[in-house]
Amino acid sequence: MTPYFNEMFQNNAVRPPYAGLEGWSADMPADIRLAKQAEAEALFRRIGITFAVYGEGGDPDRLIPFDMFPRVFTANEWAKLERGIKQRARALNSFLVDVYGRGEIVRAGLIPAKLVYQNDAYEKSVCGFIPPKGVYSHIVGIDIVRTGPSDFYVLEDNCRTPSGVSYMLESREMMMRMFPDLFRENRIEPIDSYPDKLRRTLASVAPAKCDREPTVVILTPGHFNSAYYEHSFLADLMGVELVEGQDLFVDGAFVYMRTTEGPKRVDVIYRRLDDDYIDPLCFRPDSMLGVAGLMDVYRSGGVSICSAPGAGVADDKAVYTYVPEMIRFYLGEEPILKNVPTWKCGDASDLKYVSENLADLVVKEVHGSGGYGMLVGPKSTKQQVEDFRALIMADPNNYIAQPTLALSTTPTFVEEGIAPRHVDLRPYCLVGERIELVPGGLTRVALREGSLVVNSSQGGGVKDTWVLAE
Amino acid sequence: MLSRTADNLYWIARNMERAETAARLLEVGARISLLPSAQGYRNDWDSLLRASGNANGYVAKYGAPMQSKIESYLFFDRDNPNSVASCIVNARENARIVRTALTTQVWDALNTAFQELRQIEAQTGYRELSRLTDWVMRHTAMVRGAIDATLLRNDGYNVLNIGYYLERGDSTARLMDVKYYVLLPRADYVGSGLDNDQWMMLLRAMSANRAFHWAYGGEITSGKIAHFLILNPQCPRSLITCVAGMNNHLIRLAKHYGRETEAQPAAAKLLTDLENQSTDQIFEEGLHEFLTRFIGETATLGAIIHNSYLSGDMQ
Repeated sequence: MTPYFNEMFQNNAVRPPYAGLEGWSADMPADIRLAKQAEAEALFRRIGITFAVYGEGGDPDRLIPFDMFPRVFTANEWAKLERGIKQRARALNSFLVDVYGRGEIVRAGLIPAKLVYQNDAYEKSVCGFIPPKGVYSHIVGIDIVRTGPSDFYVLEDNCRTPSGVSYMLESREMMMRMFPDLFRENRIEPIDSYPDKLRRTLASVAPAKCDREPTVVILTPGHFNSAYYEHSFLADLMGVELVEGQDLFVDGAFVYMRTTEGPKRVDVIYRRLDDDYIDPLCFRPDSMLGVAGLMDVYRSGGVSICSAPGAGVADDKAVYTYVPEMIRFYLGEEPILKNVPTWKCGDASDLKYVSENLADLVVKEVHGSGGYGMLVGPKSTKQQVEDFRALIMADPNNYIAQPTLALSTTPTFVEEGIAPRHVDLRPYCLVGERIELVPGGLTRVALREGSLVVNSSQGGGVKDTWVLAE
Repeated sequence: MLSRTADNLYWIARNMERAETAARLLEVGARISLLPSAQGYRNDWDSLLRASGNANGYVAKYGAPMQSKIESYLFFDRDNPNSVASCIVNARENARIVRTALTTQVWDALNTAFQELRQIEAQTGYRELSRLTDWVMRHTAMVRGAIDATLLRNDGYNVLNIGYYLERGDSTARLMDVKYYVLLPRADYVGSGLDNDQWMMLLRAMSANRAFHWAYGGEITSGKIAHFLILNPQCPRSLITCVAGMNNHLIRLAKHYGRETEAQPAAAKLLTDLENQSTDQIFEEGLHEFLTRFIGETATLGAIIHNSYLSGDMQ
């Protein structure tokens, strides 16, 4: 028997949320399944949802594999997740306002000063500046895994510019188009208000100097970026301009975009590039992607930047371990979602434990993302473990370790038919004047048998995620 | 609209129109190679290369003109910025950058052309040229059709059309210039078999050989052909049609924005000049001289449009 929690089958019975899918999948002949799969792929390719993998070469227009078997939550399960996610998003933003202000949580001795103020992601240039509505992270992507019927763990927080929401929306479109009957027979909460909610969220944090309907833009690094499709997709659905650094310029106290009618003032910039690149005068002088002088305008309240520069200090993997403390400290509540136990290799006793148990642990770089530079102990060869040990010992502060979690599985279409594959979940929490969340998220699935790595850059795919209406 | 968006829309149009020009040239070339000719086929392929605007690039890469190499140079070669493949790849890249300014249908038409091109490129073995050129015509028409059927009649639509007309006018002028000597009204050639073939080829290059007969009837003369391709507003590829098209869309752009730029008077002047021309005057000036002047003036207008709308530098 598998030790993993199977979200559809328990003790040879189908769990209630999946009841509507049992007959559907069992009745689908193999040839229809293949035809549908091919149809989905052709549609994705035509829409242009493709995805470039860094450092792998190959087809720059690769598709993320799409699995047609949906992942399902009940209304109750979702209600708990939603409360937990919003709670976390609130606490993370309170933390950011605090550490760029009085630093109460540090003074209270709940988090080491060094971890905050000497963090690479801590942005000294915005100390003392409070962004509109006190929000630093406007789109919080929280990666959640499940290990049992009511056991959910937060794997990591993404406070900067979490990607993947276009896959959430397009996967749903695809399913509704290919299997309309499923949506008639099951009561599935819609998610298509996401772009409107995002626009409202962004507009709600326009600077005080903006005295009219705010002009919102998305700032992209350009069409060579692997997430470019998502940038243009969101701009399109929100009806805002998709700009590159070269389209913007600073004149006096404001930022303008270059249009066919001359300069037009911009109030809110949803930037999809890292802090380092947004202003060559303030950060990397060699950046061709940003806007010279942007930070001066930002700090004088002429434009809002989402997420706010400096937000990255909250989603650092070493800071992650303190999020439960943040929730207690700022909100006076108990965390609804659990953290995964985490050992900080920078800590001598933790490092000893990690070193002794390396083959059983997952080790990640503190600032890493996308499934790069990580070790999955149980899935690695002795040599790989030893190679990684050398990396950790060379720079222990750069690594954290976690137990290998028994990620839940959901049924997934594979070559031989249907088989369980491991999944995680990334919901997107919007924080502006209000905190909002659409009922759903991006479910990523590790398509290789036994694999626990769901990142799309590592052979992961995506699924439609359903929340059933009550 | 962002200036960069406008610039990409403009280049979608120019690239697609240019792909079509390359395909037309190839079709004509294939046609000529089937005809007996006193000069042999070499000379005609050579003139096609010159019409494509990239004879030097070809010579540097392959040397002497050879049909199979010219075909692949004009259709597939990514080193040739004006090849069908380069133009379609570039147009799709322009579209990818400005996805938000296009409808799904327009994107779909461009992206489908690109995806099919990749399949064609992956095929090995003999590929029949007429199929390839048909394929290009079909896809350029589909993109054009999607633009006309689904795009908002806004500033972006006008910019796209300005790009189409500018490129098309330039293309017509260049095609004529390559064969201008055929059209010189020299009594000793008129009516000879060779001449007729060459004229027909010119018309065929613009898919206008039948239209020409409908419009004029009777004997083909150099005067009629020059009139048809330069001064007749009924001909969809004539210089006057293209300039009138640019002028029209520039006026709409000025209305849309509530202000004129340098581009409007420049286009209006170009149109007035053409309207006041006669074929006699053109032949008096010299056809080659006239076409060279026209190509130069169109390029100047293109530069003015760039500065007025696409560069992002205006205040």
